[in-house]
Amino acid sequence: MDEKIIFAGFGGQGIMSMGLIMSYAGMMDGKNVSWLPSYGPEMRGGTANCHVTISDEPVGSPIINEATIVVAMNRPSLERFEKDLVAGGILLINSSLIDIGPQRSDIEVYRIPANDIANQMGNLKIANSIMVGALMSLKNIVSEDAVVNAFKKVFEGKEKLIPINIQAYNRGKESINSQFAVK
Amino acid sequence: MAKVLMKGNEALAEAAIQAGCRHYFGYPITPQNEVTAYMAKRMPKVGGVFLQAESEVSAINMVYGAGGAGARVLITSSSPGISLMQEGISYIAGAEIPCVIANVMRGGPGLGGIQPSQSDYFQSTKGGGHGDYKLIVLAPSTIQEMADLVQQAFDIADKYRNPVMILGDGMLGQMMEPVDFDNIKKGENHIEEKTWATTGMGTRKKKNIINSLELDPQMLEKHNIELFKKYEKASKEEVRYEMTNCEDAEIILVAYGTIARVAKNVIELAKRENINVGLIRPISLWPFPVEPFEKTVNYVKRYLSIEMSMGQMVEDVKLAVNGRKPVYFYGRAGGMVPEPAAILEEIRKISGGAK
Amino acid sequence: MAVVFQKTKGLTDVPFHYCPGCTHGIVHRLVAEVMEELGVLDKAIGVAPVGCAVFAYEYFNCDMQEAAHGRAPAVATGIKRVHPDRVVFTYQGDGDLAAIGTAETVHAAARGENITVVFINNAIYGMTGGQMAPTSLIGQETLTTPYGRKPGNNGYPVKMCEMLSTLDGASYIERVSVYDVKHVLQAKKAIKNAFTAQINKKGFSMIEVLSSCPTNWGLSPNEALKWIKDKMEPYYPLGVYKNTLEEVKQNG
Repeated sequence: MDEKIIFAGFGGQGIMSMGLIMSYAGMMDGKNVSWLPSYGPEMRGGTANCHVTISDEPVGSPIINEATIVVAMNRPSLERFEKDLVAGGILLINSSLIDIGPQRSDIEVYRIPANDIANQMGNLKIANSIMVGALMSLKNIVSEDAVVNAFKKVFEGKEKLIPINIQAYNRGKESINSQFAVK
Repeated sequence: MAKVLMKGNEALAEAAIQAGCRHYFGYPITPQNEVTAYMAKRMPKVGGVFLQAESEVSAINMVYGAGGAGARVLITSSSPGISLMQEGISYIAGAEIPCVIANVMRGGPGLGGIQPSQSDYFQSTKGGGHGDYKLIVLAPSTIQEMADLVQQAFDIADKYRNPVMILGDGMLGQMMEPVDFDNIKKGENHIEEKTWATTGMGTRKKKNIINSLELDPQMLEKHNIELFKKYEKASKEEVRYEMTNCEDAEIILVAYGTIARVAKNVIELAKRENINVGLIRPISLWPFPVEPFEKTVNYVKRYLSIEMSMGQMVEDVKLAVNGRKPVYFYGRAGGMVPEPAAILEEIRKISGGAK
Repeated sequence: MAVVFQKTKGLTDVPFHYCPGCTHGIVHRLVAEVMEELGVLDKAIGVAPVGCAVFAYEYFNCDMQEAAHGRAPAVATGIKRVHPDRVVFTYQGDGDLAAIGTAETVHAAARGENITVVFINNAIYGMTGGQMAPTSLIGQETLTTPYGRKPGNNGYPVKMCEMLSTLDGASYIERVSVYDVKHVLQAKKAIKNAFTAQINKKGFSMIEVLSSCPTNWGLSPNEALKWIKDKMEPYYPLGVYKNTLEEVKQNG
């Protein structure tokens, strides 16, 4: 296995946490992982992204030039990272905030109205966990146990947020199963 | 202890604490701010001292004082801050004070940028400050190696009474990877008593002096010669490097730190095109490892030094190869990290169209 | 035979290199005597400057570090943070403390760093041959102000005691001189107060000593002492600028 995932959105959408959850889960499953954030002015309200590699082999460059998965949480992210997907790669679009489609036709595209679902659940901040759930239902990158433990790790010190995020994660999984994804 | 997921900057800080470092002096600068934040949080919990100085100039001189007083001391910064410290580093080397200095490099010159770079290679390995001195320079390329080398750095610093530099970059500082701290020797057990340190005389008969001044040229030359004996010993005993896929390589890449990771991707890409590419990864940048070049120079066709700079380490590669085989350079600067495909393209180019 | 005078144990037998009439020797002895009287020689760690007193590490009979120019308070900070129970002092000139090392001085004071600074103000750079110091007086002729120090070009002399006494971290700040016996005795009291403040863990202490530099002032030793009194003292008034502790005063 060699998954190269780019999570992207704007500051405050929990982009870094999405990457961390997958990285922790990968590590707990005994995989080689790396997590590389964008840093600098970008983190202060602008766009944010992180590159996550989960692999059976030691990780070479943590920079992802050929992503197997891109999770785009807002429109600039889609526009910026769509081109980095390999042919046949998976693109997850937060359709609540992105009203355009991808340019490419050689990739698998799934639209998840993450912000709408999050709003329904009464907490906009869990849109990221919804997307992680959607991603996991598409591809079993890491084990279910590891994801749950990763949530506990990422929310260390903010334990009261764990249940709602795991709930969101499960809703995200369902969102894919009640398929409105288009190819 | 199980593996933990940590940023390079955090692993650096934690490794130092686990190696017995209880004194850290610093000044905020991106992209190494996680070190200061981590130390501010952790040091009080382990009975140590974190002090945010008024400048890098002051911070390095606090290191001079604390190291001279016998403590295991760490200081970290990024390129412009390290430039400010050069005076202090020269004094520390002259006065033979052990300490560990980490440079989480960013692009320059001047204020430059904040993205990862390797453009302080010359500054780190060729002097930086004034006078005849050497730093022992270690360059990790993974977060685990960051933790391991930081620990070794404290021992090496004590062994030679010399500053040791950890040369990382913004990417290594910011990225996370799993780290296992179990292999790190616990500092308290192996720190030898520093009989030369200024601890207050107590019952000691002779006063200790930490000093780099010697006005008598004959005596200063003697001091220079003594220092270089020490460096000569280090250049034999502290050489560290890694060789990957070099056995039948026609082209050998030479790369350290972050870009050595990219180079490993290049090896795989090249295999698909039936180009046999190897990698020499210097881990100690000073002493620069000559041995892997001796081992390969007879059969390899060419070397390609790849760096996140306009070409610095390539000069040491040329010295090591000494004209016996062609040495090429490819680099990106200013915070750009070369993509594997671009390096592969360069390999094709220098191979003269060879497949 | 009764011993009526004895050299302090606080100084080594290394002969001073100072010029005839220079007051560094007096202040060295005062600092050494104070440390001996307070019984802290075995736990004192001194920091020497760059400037005329650069060899102070040879003279004081305790552990010493030689700092880079202006960095003594930072070096002392490092030492003190490693050994908080030791007595740590710096001995610095005006160029070292009030020009190149101003930031280190001010911030050591602002942190309330529990060290003692002995500041020799002789209004000139001695070691380099008589250039303008940050404390050179208006009109004072030096190698680099051959027509006299002019405010329009060189600005005004720096008053360190006044400046530092505004900082909450400073515990004891006093300006003294050594131009006659009475003032030498007063200077010793002040230095003792400063060290006592440190021993009592009260924070940063500094004693500024108006001193002479006959060689670079171009005066005889006697004339130089008179110059301190007549020229320097009016601009740099003597006295206690900060004393957070009555008990410190009484210890003197």
